Amino acid sequence: MNAPIRRLAVVVSLMFAALLVATTYIQFFQAEELREMAGNRRTLLDEYGRERGAILVEGTSIAESVPTDNDLSWMRVYDQGRLYAHVTGYYSFIYGAGAGLERSANSLLSGSDDSLFYRRIPDLILGRDPSGASLELTLDPDVQRAASEALGDRRGAVVALDPRTGEILAMVSHPTFDPNSVSSHNLSAVQQAYEELNADTSRPLINRAIGGDLYPPGSVFKLVVTAAALESNEFTPDSELPSPLRYTLPGTTTSIPNFGGSSCSDGDTTSLFDSLRVSCNTSFAWLANELGAEALNAQSEAFGFGQSLQVPLPVTPSRYPVDADDAQVALTGIGQYDVRVTPLQIAMVSAGIANDGQVMTPYLIDTVRDKDLDPIDTTEPRELSTATSERTAQEITDMMVAVVESGSGSRAALPGVQVAGKTGTAEFGSSGAAHAWFTGFAPADDPTIAVAVIVESATEDWTGETGGVVAAPIARAVLEAGVNR
Amino acid sequence: MTTITTFRPRTGRTTELVLLLFAIGIVLLAHVNVGLAVNDEIPPNLRLTAALLIVFTVGLHLVLRWRAKYADPLLLPIATLLNGLGLVMILRLDYAAGRDVGSLVASRQLLWSALGIALAAGVIILLRDHRLLRRYTYIAMVVGFLLLLLPMLPVIGHEENGSRLWIRIAGFSFQPGEIAKIVLTVFFAGYLVATRDALSLVGRRFLGLQLPRGRDLGPLLAAWGLSVLILVAQRDLGSSLLFFGLFVAMLYVATERVSWIIIGLSLFCAGAFVAWRLFPHVQTRVQLWLDPFDPSASSDQVAKGLMGMGHGGLFGTGLGEGFPHLTYFANSDYIFASFAEELGLIGIFAMLMLYALLVERGLRTAIGSREGFGKLLATGLAFSIGLQIFVVVGGLTRVIPLTGLTTPFLSAGGSSLIANWIIVALLMRISDHARRPVAERVTDDPELDTSTHAGVAR
Repeated sequence: MNAPIRRLAVVVSLMFAALLVATTYIQFFQAEELREMAGNRRTLLDEYGRERGAILVEGTSIAESVPTDNDLSWMRVYDQGRLYAHVTGYYSFIYGAGAGLERSANSLLSGSDDSLFYRRIPDLILGRDPSGASLELTLDPDVQRAASEALGDRRGAVVALDPRTGEILAMVSHPTFDPNSVSSHNLSAVQQAYEELNADTSRPLINRAIGGDLYPPGSVFKLVVTAAALESNEFTPDSELPSPLRYTLPGTTTSIPNFGGSSCSDGDTTSLFDSLRVSCNTSFAWLANELGAEALNAQSEAFGFGQSLQVPLPVTPSRYPVDADDAQVALTGIGQYDVRVTPLQIAMVSAGIANDGQVMTPYLIDTVRDKDLDPIDTTEPRELSTATSERTAQEITDMMVAVVESGSGSRAALPGVQVAGKTGTAEFGSSGAAHAWFTGFAPADDPTIAVAVIVESATEDWTGETGGVVAAPIARAVLEAGVNR
Repeated sequence: MTTITTFRPRTGRTTELVLLLFAIGIVLLAHVNVGLAVNDEIPPNLRLTAALLIVFTVGLHLVLRWRAKYADPLLLPIATLLNGLGLVMILRLDYAAGRDVGSLVASRQLLWSALGIALAAGVIILLRDHRLLRRYTYIAMVVGFLLLLLPMLPVIGHEENGSRLWIRIAGFSFQPGEIAKIVLTVFFAGYLVATRDALSLVGRRFLGLQLPRGRDLGPLLAAWGLSVLILVAQRDLGSSLLFFGLFVAMLYVATERVSWIIIGLSLFCAGAFVAWRLFPHVQTRVQLWLDPFDPSASSDQVAKGLMGMGHGGLFGTGLGEGFPHLTYFANSDYIFASFAEELGLIGIFAMLMLYALLVERGLRTAIGSREGFGKLLATGLAFSIGLQIFVVVGGLTRVIPLTGLTTPFLSAGGSSLIANWIIVALLMRISDHARRPVAERVTDDPELDTSTHAGVAR
């Protein structure tokens, strides 16, 4: 009977081998996937048992973990929660790391990022509780506060950039929310707050500056069209463009008027310079058609359209419609039809013009620091693309200065500082309601800040609120706060 | 005239004592570790645990020196280490559940451990020769089936989590199936030793296979059918699988006929298919096996266990530092996943090796045994431990569908612990017989000597 017993022993060995393989697969190869699985309470509890890194703005924490007495050892607290809500996001025991940096920089904040690996080894050996890295942001608290206060109760967004580096100086989206309401340890209150935020029709959880249902850019897109025209070498600022009272869209019987039905100049033509200054619709529709969808799309992409940026918050790519027919191309010339943008993208257009045609990659995290605040990693400014030549950039800057000095953007003017800007009033829907835009930078000769402002229409009907009236003063407040940094 | 030599065979008892003390040392360290990690204090019941562990296991060691000095020296240390680690994890989960000192599951488990070890000593002392058990072959069959049937009785029968496996008398619940496993192994061994010639030699050849005669199949088929029926009726798939696998393995070892395995596997596949078609709870198990993370699944037990194991990773969180209590049945059916989480892959490799070693020592005892009954009994007992580990751990790790079974020596529960200590005691008894030098063999009772036709090693 010994032979079958030996064979049985082989069977037993195989059974144990199967168990060794299965456990190895689960605990080694599959472990990471299991840890990151939604609804894995262990991962959440683990993260809650560890001090999560703080988020800092000029040395002051806007999100930090404070020790608690209950079995979740740490609670996330947001000082000035409403002001920075869309930048920080929230960190909730029930809903996890949601939105903002809490989500997109989670591995750094929680300390699980691979770049922190070598720093974890001493913790492991010394038996210290590992902790996450802190993030020092590029935000300027004065600019951020000015943007938020100027936007006030209106729905919309403000983005400010340093055109020379791509540092994001302000990122505001209204309506906002209080991240403390979903990060507290009162779980039933958290659940109620979360459900209310999600049910709110004004959608406070959406970061309008970089996501949401993208906006039509309206006349601010004329900056891109102007850039394409100048880059084509077929036009100069002095080129005379046809500017009839009404422009008939090619291949249709539909015609579009200028804003308010006014004419753009005394004659039948208007120079490119004046067309941008007075935001002439008919000449830009004509110009767009002359340039064609391909050239406009290429110029849009040169400013960053179509790119999925991570700042590290994920930015929804702005888009130019490539399959447009002639009539639609004409409409894109005034930022209508299917052109869709984020306020960040519009700020990047201004910043690119301000920075001699070079668009810098926008970013939010300046320095990653360890628990003792020693820097681990510092973001170096990086060029994203070359949007225009230096000369084109300078020519557009001159036009934008004229917009503020003697055009539609006069409410953005600052005493003693030359401001360059462009207004926009982007119609949506069919009732004539429009969002108000302003984008620009200052000082015009040596820009230190670029800004984009959008104020959503308060109603479904036209209320007469143009970019120059509503958005320009907000941009002015932001530029004023940031220009002398 | 023969030369007188002073040959003294090694008993291994000193090795056993050293390993035993080593095992107890590991257990006590782990015990202190849990207390410090969870409560920042040395567990208050440390002294009691240490005293009971040392007194009872060293006591068993002394009993072995006295009554079974050639017994395999690895069995006691391995069983002690596993039992002790089980105690530690159960205590750790008691802490997690916030149980107060009076109602610790670990305290009850400690008492059951002491009782189990005492019973093992009793087996060694009272059962001088395992072949005595052969006299009770058919009594064992009846007792085995009665034990399996007990939970079906009204009043004392007791159902938990959809399986009717327990009896409850005066507040104590007991799982008679665990004892039935041993008793039926005795029956299988006795029956197969008596009939193995008929089963293996007589019969027709068909397609190169030696098929048995119908009348030889009868009693075994009946025994198998009945036990499987009872188990399916009690909804205990794990035990059903265990009994059947054990039965086929012993049949194969007794007859050396591959045809039995083929017949057995066919029967198993047919049975499994029918069970899958007929019983919704079987379908649920299969569904959870195939896709444990399906959000619409009826249970997230498998998923939670896997997440726990994944959380442990390579090195584990350390005792008391993980969240094994987030998994259901963390101290019974899922105790192995609890270990996987806190001791990591390295820890459970070590534990699986302990089990593999235990089974291997059992099978080695079977090979060394000089007569058929001992061979079959040792094979059956050792294989039942191996198969049980496979079914339990394979269920957690999705090698096979999850079925409820206790993890030998680790799971909280008295019946399982007692049964496994008795199994180890029987293996000690058989190995004492197997390893004893021939000169010392006691063959005063001719009725006991089954080696006449069975002891011839093939």
